[in-house]
Amino acid sequence: MNGMVSLTINGLVVSVETGMTVLEAARFMGFPIPTLCHMDGLSPYGACRLCVVEIGEAPRARLVSSCTYPVEEGLIVRTASRRVIRARKMILELLLASCPQSKIIQDLAAAHDVQQQRFRQEYEDCILCGLCVRICEEQMMAKAIGFRNRGEKRSIGTPFDLHSDECRLCGACMYVCPACQLRCTYTEPEKAVCGGCANLSPPCIEKEPFDDMMCYMTPCVACEIQKD
Amino acid sequence: MRLHSPDDLKTLQAELCNNGHWTGRTLIIPAGTCGRASGANDLIRKAREELLRGEFAHLIRVRVTGCHGFCETEPSILVEPDGLFYPRLKPADVGRLVEATARGEIVEDLVWLDRETGARIPHQRDVPFFKKQRRTILSRSEQVDPEDIDSYLRNGGYSALLKALEGGDPAWVLQEVKSSGLRGRGGAGFPTGVKWEMLAKQPSTQGKFLVCNADEGDPGAYMDRSILEGNPHSILEGMLIGGYATGATDGIIYVRNEYPLAIKHLHIALEQARGLGLLGENILGTGYSFDIQVVQGAGAFVCGEETALIRSIEGQMGEPRQRPPFPIQSGIHGRPTSINNVETWANIPIIIEQGAEVFAETGTEHNSGTKIFSLVGKIRNTGLVEVPMGITIREIVHEIGGGPVGNAEIKAVQTGGPSGGCIPASRFELPIDYDGLAKAGSIMGSGGMIVMDGHTCVVDVAKYFMGFLKDESCGKCFTCRKGTQRMHEILDDITQGRGTHDQLDLLEELALVVKDTTMCGLGQTAANPVLSTLRYFRDEYLAHIDQQRCPAGVCKPLITFSINENCSGCQACAKACPADAIYGERKQRHTIDTSKCIKCGTCRSVCKRDAVEVA
Repeated sequence: MNGMVSLTINGLVVSVETGMTVLEAARFMGFPIPTLCHMDGLSPYGACRLCVVEIGEAPRARLVSSCTYPVEEGLIVRTASRRVIRARKMILELLLASCPQSKIIQDLAAAHDVQQQRFRQEYEDCILCGLCVRICEEQMMAKAIGFRNRGEKRSIGTPFDLHSDECRLCGACMYVCPACQLRCTYTEPEKAVCGGCANLSPPCIEKEPFDDMMCYMTPCVACEIQKD
Repeated sequence: MRLHSPDDLKTLQAELCNNGHWTGRTLIIPAGTCGRASGANDLIRKAREELLRGEFAHLIRVRVTGCHGFCETEPSILVEPDGLFYPRLKPADVGRLVEATARGEIVEDLVWLDRETGARIPHQRDVPFFKKQRRTILSRSEQVDPEDIDSYLRNGGYSALLKALEGGDPAWVLQEVKSSGLRGRGGAGFPTGVKWEMLAKQPSTQGKFLVCNADEGDPGAYMDRSILEGNPHSILEGMLIGGYATGATDGIIYVRNEYPLAIKHLHIALEQARGLGLLGENILGTGYSFDIQVVQGAGAFVCGEETALIRSIEGQMGEPRQRPPFPIQSGIHGRPTSINNVETWANIPIIIEQGAEVFAETGTEHNSGTKIFSLVGKIRNTGLVEVPMGITIREIVHEIGGGPVGNAEIKAVQTGGPSGGCIPASRFELPIDYDGLAKAGSIMGSGGMIVMDGHTCVVDVAKYFMGFLKDESCGKCFTCRKGTQRMHEILDDITQGRGTHDQLDLLEELALVVKDTTMCGLGQTAANPVLSTLRYFRDEYLAHIDQQRCPAGVCKPLITFSINENCSGCQACAKACPADAIYGERKQRHTIDTSKCIKCGTCRSVCKRDAVEVA
């Protein structure tokens, strides 16, 4: 897969390595593209659709998610065309309508000049971006949580909603979450995916091959207690 | 018995034709899922009983087949070789029918009655429903007992495979399929030959996959089920030819779990074909090896999408992924994979047998062959119709379909299932082909065709399809999951009389964004029901919003029932009303108490004088 591909991004001819995604290439060249479900080090997923860019030329131009689309020789990309901006604004409006309490979404909306949303207001915790699922599987090697169901009923959780033996309460899922910081509900721990915040003995001691290098629980209630 | 060479197969075919030669009559009883549901099993039992009782077994045989397409008239019997068609039979009539058939007579009062002319039409070929069709695939289902490979072989089955193998040149097979102009029947209409050629060119050390996509999920569409139930060997033969042409080594039939009869027939067919050496290692001694297995879907609509289907076969969650890489490059377990629809596979043996040129004569340029549509909804003749491409919608709806079922005029058809669009009656002269339908804002889809009349509210239809899509979206793409939910929410508001102009604009804006920003075909077409109805029936939306009125009389919050002067005071409605909302003296005009009325419409359906009005 070595070699270079040249493509045009916003009128600029650039040369990048084969195997890169359009998002990586555009960011490498300094073109900003907003994302919610993308994180370096995790596999691309393409769930939030915020990173859409326009490729090809009219009348066959279309929008694709740049985080999942591989660079191709001769590809023509526009990262901020009118069509892209219109789509992004609508996505942000939908996000605000479902998840207004997320600071990250509020900031993105403000940056894109989205002042209001016209749908019925909902208060959901999760935008199902899948970052937690991927970090749990790909970086923390636990695979404790996953997607369940489809459509309206889709959700993230452990099998049968029971505490998973695979989960070692590392807190990575909460660390990456762009929307539902509320998942760590100190007041209602039974509603949280991991219940980690209610944990009072350091989980890292029991599960041996892992040390605090693989822990995102900062501050860790159990560690704080230990220190005292 | 295992066949070791092409000649063995020819000998077997000839033997079967000679031994099975039957000069008497055959009662063909269609017993697909639709037939069985309407009582075909009773008919079969009764027919066999009558044959034994009257000692007609030497004169008449019974053949149980899959569905012939005219589902509306089942259970029915077709008598061969005369081609007599007896629709909507009751077991009690079978005795008469058997006796008359034994004498070579026609039971006049049981054959098809033409409503227009009042004439009796005994022969299937003259019945208006069948007359305009070009039944190349469906007619084979009449000939073949789906549970018996001998029956398929007797009717020239596996001859196309023989022809392909004896030709000894996969490139020739590819060229035939390519020049036949066959386009994928699953909906997108990608040329099958081109797809195969790409697969054949893919380098692979670990083998390649061919998949038959039988995850037919569109509401109201059932042509794939009928083919699988009625003629499973034609699919196996098509796949064997495909494997030979492309160098594929493994075949998978991905069939939805909701089709138990199709699955049963497929397993029987696979076992029989394997037994004869038509599947597996070294087929007919030619050195060509190919095997097929059945994978059952778990009920997700989205698994009909290529990449989701591949993940489902791999045992993962059915979720589409970004293309490229296309399945042709990297499909099941990373190996090159070509996915074709059931109907596409059923066309392959026909192309090879007839030759590409003959096949291409049917239909129009760039749209060759026939297409099966499932004609359902507010239409007199519902069922599967197989027509040449390029036929107009009017011909299907009014000539084959027999026009509207009630007094209301037909106003639109929805083609292509939930991701398709509405085509209004004013555009019924449109020839049906992939490109024409796309231009009209709909899609060919797998071939569902739902007919709507004046009593169908298009906003309500759009809401129904959106409700289906919001449940069936896999939920991965935010815009598809939330977009379909929000579109459904707005459509619901409109049908409840809460809609505003701002909401209508928002609906349109959202629909365009959903179409633009989603990953797979489901999301990209999910906005079609909204966009096409807005394009052609905006006035109906506006009537809901501005006048708080549902012109079709469907949306409950916006309608009231009343009784007009046609009322004879027969009390039928008053007795039928579940809410006791209708009162009035006998032989006097009745009145509906609107405060009690639950708007169920029962009064309207029981009234024989059209006295119940909806406004």
